Amino acid sequence: MEAQLLHFFQWFWDLFGLWNVVWSFVQPVWPLIWTLIKIVVIVAPLMIGVAYLTYAERKILAYMQVRVGPNRVGPYGLLQPIVDGVKLLFKEIIVPIRANKFLFVLAPALVFATALAAWAVVPFSDGMVLANLNAGLLFILAMTSVGVYGVIIAGWSSNSKYAFLGAMRAAAQMVSYELPMGFALVCVLLAAQSMNLTDIVLGQQSNAGMFGWYFIPLFPMFVVYFIAGVAETNRAPFDMAEGESEIVAGFHVEYSGMGFAIFFLAEYANMILIAALTSLFFLGGWLNPFHGWPLLGAMSDFVPGLVWLLGKMFFVLFMFLWFRATFPRYRYDQVMRLGWKILIPLTLVWVVIIAAWMQTPYWLWSPEPR
Amino acid sequence: MQKITHLIKSFMLWELLKGMAVTGRYMFARNITVHFPEEKTPQSFRFRGLHAQRRYANGEERCIGCKLCEAVCPALAIKIETEERADGTRRTTLYDIDLVKCIFCGFCEEACPVDAIVETRILEYHGESRGDLYYTKEMLLAVGDKYEAQIAKDRAADAPYR
Repeated sequence: MEAQLLHFFQWFWDLFGLWNVVWSFVQPVWPLIWTLIKIVVIVAPLMIGVAYLTYAERKILAYMQVRVGPNRVGPYGLLQPIVDGVKLLFKEIIVPIRANKFLFVLAPALVFATALAAWAVVPFSDGMVLANLNAGLLFILAMTSVGVYGVIIAGWSSNSKYAFLGAMRAAAQMVSYELPMGFALVCVLLAAQSMNLTDIVLGQQSNAGMFGWYFIPLFPMFVVYFIAGVAETNRAPFDMAEGESEIVAGFHVEYSGMGFAIFFLAEYANMILIAALTSLFFLGGWLNPFHGWPLLGAMSDFVPGLVWLLGKMFFVLFMFLWFRATFPRYRYDQVMRLGWKILIPLTLVWVVIIAAWMQTPYWLWSPEPR
Repeated sequence: MQKITHLIKSFMLWELLKGMAVTGRYMFARNITVHFPEEKTPQSFRFRGLHAQRRYANGEERCIGCKLCEAVCPALAIKIETEERADGTRRTTLYDIDLVKCIFCGFCEEACPVDAIVETRILEYHGESRGDLYYTKEMLLAVGDKYEAQIAKDRAADAPYR
């Protein structure tokens, strides 16, 4: 596709002979420009998605609580996220006295940057990925781990006891839930024999449609990964780090206006990232769930892979919101207990089970040779 | 045996799924929100809203300046000054209710011997600058004239219980 675009550009400039000179300057930096275009194509819809995820959250939570969410601002309240963004832009930015200004500004940037950077390896369809890293899985785990730094720096630089304690709790929670996430992904790694995210999705391709996906043999890992993902993004019921009624806003209590907006956006971008990863690792990514089925397979094969991926992400995000509406908040020691004493042993046991299962002839999920 | 069922249920996240079923069911239930101002909740005829000064059917103002309402008001929101009128009766020259002080308890309405000061059912009024919620005699009489029909109907509905 890139070669065709280059070819088109070349032809177009040739039409206007005197632009040849311009082209000779652009050509050497063309890969950079193409990468920037791809980045914008990923980040711009992601930001719109984050904004409307907040809208969807308010509406869906409201309907689950037998009320209507925002319905005044635009038709059906659709302009609400835009109005919220404008409001946050106009707020006064307060920096606490004796706070380390550089770190205070750096913290939200760090959290947001890592939330966006992890999207570089997410494949939206076969070949549609910004950076097709062979260690994509490792890259994602690394990026989410760097995000924890942003949280700690935010709490420390706010020069406030409550922000600091909130940050310590949030950081401890995020770190302790990265372990079950990592181990669950070890199971996926065993099944897919590759850390390349595209290969992991292709490993789930088969003529059995959705029965070839990894959520069937790895079902406990699917559940563990999802629960760890909810805890990782500090979402209810694991949101005591930002429990609005308990310690106000935890580590981002001192942030106002744009700083708060960036933390908010980063949290939702992380949510969407976890949804995308869950869909890629366990729910078959861009694959058709009915592929190879007698009648439905042929009928549904025309749907582009991106649409399937978005549908699965929407389903996982709906589960995020459903969890928030249903469950009361965990206490901090209960959060730690769940992460260390329940999820990690479960994942370790399942790694052994999967490893043993794969040696038997009953393992039906080997990746097809490409 | 019970321990085993308990273990299985906790690993199957049984209670969590039951809870999610409840919220899932509620998601499709009819929501109970009243969409104000298109829809309104039912209002009683005894609702204590904006005050009004009433008149008799022949146009004579009811208020005789006895100052019972001023005396009973718990928030001291009513201010009255009286004078002898040309025809020898006592009438008020100044009758002000500061709606910012008023607690809308309805004592003034209960204390009035001639049913002059009443609380209507109006709750949709507003003030845009500082003095807008300080209702003088003329303003109260104007409210009374405008809504006399509704006031009379509400008083008639309430009469058997007073």
